[in-house]
Amino acid sequence: MDQIASNIGLLLQFPVVNLKILIDGMMIGALFALAAYGLALVWGVMNVKNLAQGDFVIGGGYVSWWLVKNVGLHPLLGVPAAFVVMALLGGALHGTPIHNWARSQKTAMIWVSALTFLVFIVATYLGDAAGSVAGYAGLILTILLVINGGIYNLVISRVIERDLFTSLLATFGLAIMGAQIMNLLFGSDTQSLDLGYDTLYFADGLIDVPIAKLIGVLMAAALAAGVVIFMKSSRMGQAIRATAQDARAARVLGIDTEKVYAFTFSLNAAICGAAGAIIVMVWVIQPFYGITYSVRAFVVVTAAGLGNLPGVIAAGLGIGALEQYGSHIFGIGYQQAIAVLLLLAVLVYRLMQQKRNRQVLQ
Amino acid sequence: MKLKTLSLALGAFMASTAIAAAADCEKLVLGSAISLTGKYATNGVHAKNGYEFAIKKIDENGGVKIGDKCYNFEVIYYDDESKGDRGATLAERLINQDKVQYMLGPYSSGLTKAIAPVTEKYQIPMVEAEGASRSLFNKGYKYLFAVLSTSEQYLASAVTLAAEKAAESGKKASDVRVAIAVENDPFSLDIRAGVMEDAAKLGMSVVIDEKLPRDLSDMTAILTKVKLVKPDLLVVSGHSKGAATAVRQIGEQKISTPMIALTHCEAADVTGNFGAAANDILCSTQWAETLTYEDPIFGSAANYEAEFKGAYPEYANKKVPYQTAQASAAVYVFKDAFERAGTLDKEAVREAIAATDMKTFYGDIRFSEAGNNIAKPMVLRQIQNGEYNVVAPSAFASHKVNWPRKAN
Repeated sequence: MDQIASNIGLLLQFPVVNLKILIDGMMIGALFALAAYGLALVWGVMNVKNLAQGDFVIGGGYVSWWLVKNVGLHPLLGVPAAFVVMALLGGALHGTPIHNWARSQKTAMIWVSALTFLVFIVATYLGDAAGSVAGYAGLILTILLVINGGIYNLVISRVIERDLFTSLLATFGLAIMGAQIMNLLFGSDTQSLDLGYDTLYFADGLIDVPIAKLIGVLMAAALAAGVVIFMKSSRMGQAIRATAQDARAARVLGIDTEKVYAFTFSLNAAICGAAGAIIVMVWVIQPFYGITYSVRAFVVVTAAGLGNLPGVIAAGLGIGALEQYGSHIFGIGYQQAIAVLLLLAVLVYRLMQQKRNRQVLQ
Repeated sequence: MKLKTLSLALGAFMASTAIAAAADCEKLVLGSAISLTGKYATNGVHAKNGYEFAIKKIDENGGVKIGDKCYNFEVIYYDDESKGDRGATLAERLINQDKVQYMLGPYSSGLTKAIAPVTEKYQIPMVEAEGASRSLFNKGYKYLFAVLSTSEQYLASAVTLAAEKAAESGKKASDVRVAIAVENDPFSLDIRAGVMEDAAKLGMSVVIDEKLPRDLSDMTAILTKVKLVKPDLLVVSGHSKGAATAVRQIGEQKISTPMIALTHCEAADVTGNFGAAANDILCSTQWAETLTYEDPIFGSAANYEAEFKGAYPEYANKKVPYQTAQASAAVYVFKDAFERAGTLDKEAVREAIAATDMKTFYGDIRFSEAGNNIAKPMVLRQIQNGEYNVVAPSAFASHKVNWPRKAN
């Protein structure tokens, strides 16, 4: 109790710290918003609640980290690279000629997959002669996934029309698999990329804004803007929105909803991947950190509702800021609790609101 | 199917090579459930390599001589997937199905905590090297022995050092204000307890006392508070993720606390990843290759490092972690105890382990009643221009501590 009082005291004694907490919170919140927007997309269009959302984020982070460490890519270029790789993994090649060709060669593909998997297992088993080999095998595995049409074809397309629990279970499995595969490929150590950029200081050094963080947030904003424009003005964007409104009607009107689903899912994976690539250059990642981002994404989407982009952004930034406030006042151990309590509060408020609406109807 | 045959084939291959090497000595089987996958996989593999290296060295030096017979160790490993329940199940399996009579420990305090009740139940002596939580040593276990220092000692010497420095600059030890941020797990909470105890003894005040969540990736809230409260000593412990996050954000936020002490700096490779931001940070370690310990099997600590790197080339570009050294020491304890016991009788061996009093490349080993090693101190190293130099306790110090720490 004393600690809480003294923490609040600090906020009053140094008012400028409030600003710092807000800035810090909104910076991490921007990335929550990005992951949440992807989730809202998949949820709204395909009615799949993707529990592997956070693992896609971390996956993107590792793609960028691996390319920077092994290929010598500039960390900033890791963001588009992660975007592309995660899109391919998600299922961007679905329905393209290369995918159709691969589909016609089923037995051959199965043999090749089994073989690479064996190589990968052996490499892991032999320890670190592995390091490079495992990475290499992982790459082959990746390409194979792509030829197979990505995660969408392997998992999601099979559960899309099923009930809620099937898709929850499937994506939960995906999350566990994803975390474990990353653990095998990249090890369980915490990783981070240091851009080596300066930090800007304001107000006697009380407010610090690392330039890397600033760039990260700007990239997140640019990506969000790009996606919005895409959804508004491209044919695919229109098809996605049509499918979200009424899949059957869209099909009647000649929209290939299967293609729309695959595209939506890979777009989501790509957005998450880019978010992860930003996170790895500003914060730290670890194979099992996915859940943090999954939880936040769910909280944000539940709070903001589907198809409400400004709402998602506001909720993302808000949760980021409130978490920072909460962890300043109550202690950082309660950070996640605050996110979940917030969700509860929003749900209760929503329920009350709906009740009122219903009364009006009566 | 494929997988199974492959692993069988691999297993047979490895077994055949092991037999070839051990032609003239009999086998002496040890068991270990260890984390080869899951979140502790990195350190689990470090430990396993340490076990294997020690076994190889002991083979080369004539094996384990019990009476007039000679034996070579062989370890049955199972992967506990970094999960406690799995570890306990595997320990049961090692004891009941594989009829293992002696165990080497798993990685981490949590896993050791899960396995110890099983080995205790079957009265199987276990020498472990990776579980440091002191909660392991207040349960009255009789068959559990640990070669490493318990975790409350990890950063306690930083408190003493802070008091010394305060005295040098003409302040009282009781003027020192301490900030603590540790992860909410048994190991880190022990570290906190150790720091709190020593701070209380010296009359220091603890001004920040925070518990970090398990999936921590952002410490700005705590560091902002540190900036406002301006403590004289900041203590952070949260395995390698805690170290990585702390060093990165301490650099970004220009935290100017005169003394900062962490655990797991080496595991997080803070010098490699964050360069100058890590300078002048104090890191605790169980063992360092620069220490002057030695023994007849492994030679000096430096020699251990060199030979280990020769045997495992993947460590060539990094420091051999202390997790590996202490794993080797655990195997060495078994060898020593078997030879002194002169028999394979479990109880006699347990007695012999309990009576261990030896000097090794890893440090002195002597067990308390509770089974923890009380003969070896923790050392504190400071990162000075990217190098880890031992600065405390003063008996082992090779360099002077830089104080106050320069914020870069």
